[in-house]
Amino acid sequence: MATDTHTEEHITGNRTYIIVWIVLMILTAITVYVSYIHFGIFNIVVAMGVASIKASIVALYFMHLKFEDSITWVFALFPLSLLGLLIGMTILDTFTRVVVP
Amino acid sequence: MERPSVEHSHVHHMDPAVEYSSSKFGMWLFLGTEILLFGGLFAAYAIFRAKYPEMFFEQHKELNREMGAVNTCILIFSSLTMAMGVTAIKRGKQKLTAILLLVTIICGLGFGVVKYFEYGAKFAHHIYPDTSIFFSLYFMMTGLHMLHVFIGLVILAVMLVLTLKGKFTSKYNTPIEVGGLYWHLVDLIWIYLFPLLYLIG
Repeated sequence: MATDTHTEEHITGNRTYIIVWIVLMILTAITVYVSYIHFGIFNIVVAMGVASIKASIVALYFMHLKFEDSITWVFALFPLSLLGLLIGMTILDTFTRVVVP
Repeated sequence: MERPSVEHSHVHHMDPAVEYSSSKFGMWLFLGTEILLFGGLFAAYAIFRAKYPEMFFEQHKELNREMGAVNTCILIFSSLTMAMGVTAIKRGKQKLTAILLLVTIICGLGFGVVKYFEYGAKFAHHIYPDTSIFFSLYFMMTGLHMLHVFIGLVILAVMLVLTLKGKFTSKYNTPIEVGGLYWHLVDLIWIYLFPLLYLIG
């Protein structure tokens, strides 16, 4: 990748972007549609699942992550594990507390 | 364009390739901290929703999911025009880049206008950040997101002016690409906020 100009880097074509956009719109429609159906706990699972697929598509294509080097991948994904730790540990703490009278 | 003239067009402190990749890398690093900034609010959301599911379900009905959906479409479209703008400048099309940046800015402003009417409707119904934990989270999360939209708009406006001045070429366009990364993050966070706040099943 180390070239003296930018000419050899990957340029995503507009066709790819428009396909990505259509997929994102379809996924948005699915999220809105599913929210009208009630199946308990699975609503949040589906909603977060679809949101994560959308976020991944945005990062991979719009944000060009797919074509970045491995160190960028590490620093793009590492905060997600910190986020998991932050949310996971806070929930564990809050819901395992024993209230001492 | 000849190589030497490109070198003179802006002052390089180091090898252009290194400058380019480290700029992008720096932005990704910053975006990581942004995710963790919102992460605190997401953690608060997770706890209070788990504790008071009925309250979240009842009160989210006050939110206008049509407006939320419209704003989702606006932001995703603005991400598309932003990405196309980066491609345009990399191909040396300055005029097209300026148009695409302008469309992106208009989308961002449109998002703000919809949000303005949403907040207005909430205030008209006497719903404020101190109404309940749900609305406290709603105003904090969307408010912090809105702040990011404004910062993104300022960045995009600067990029538009510089593009119109001819500062960017197919060989030098790092600020547009890096600014674009920031704009996509605004879209990315909204992708989670929309279902979490508007579409509670």
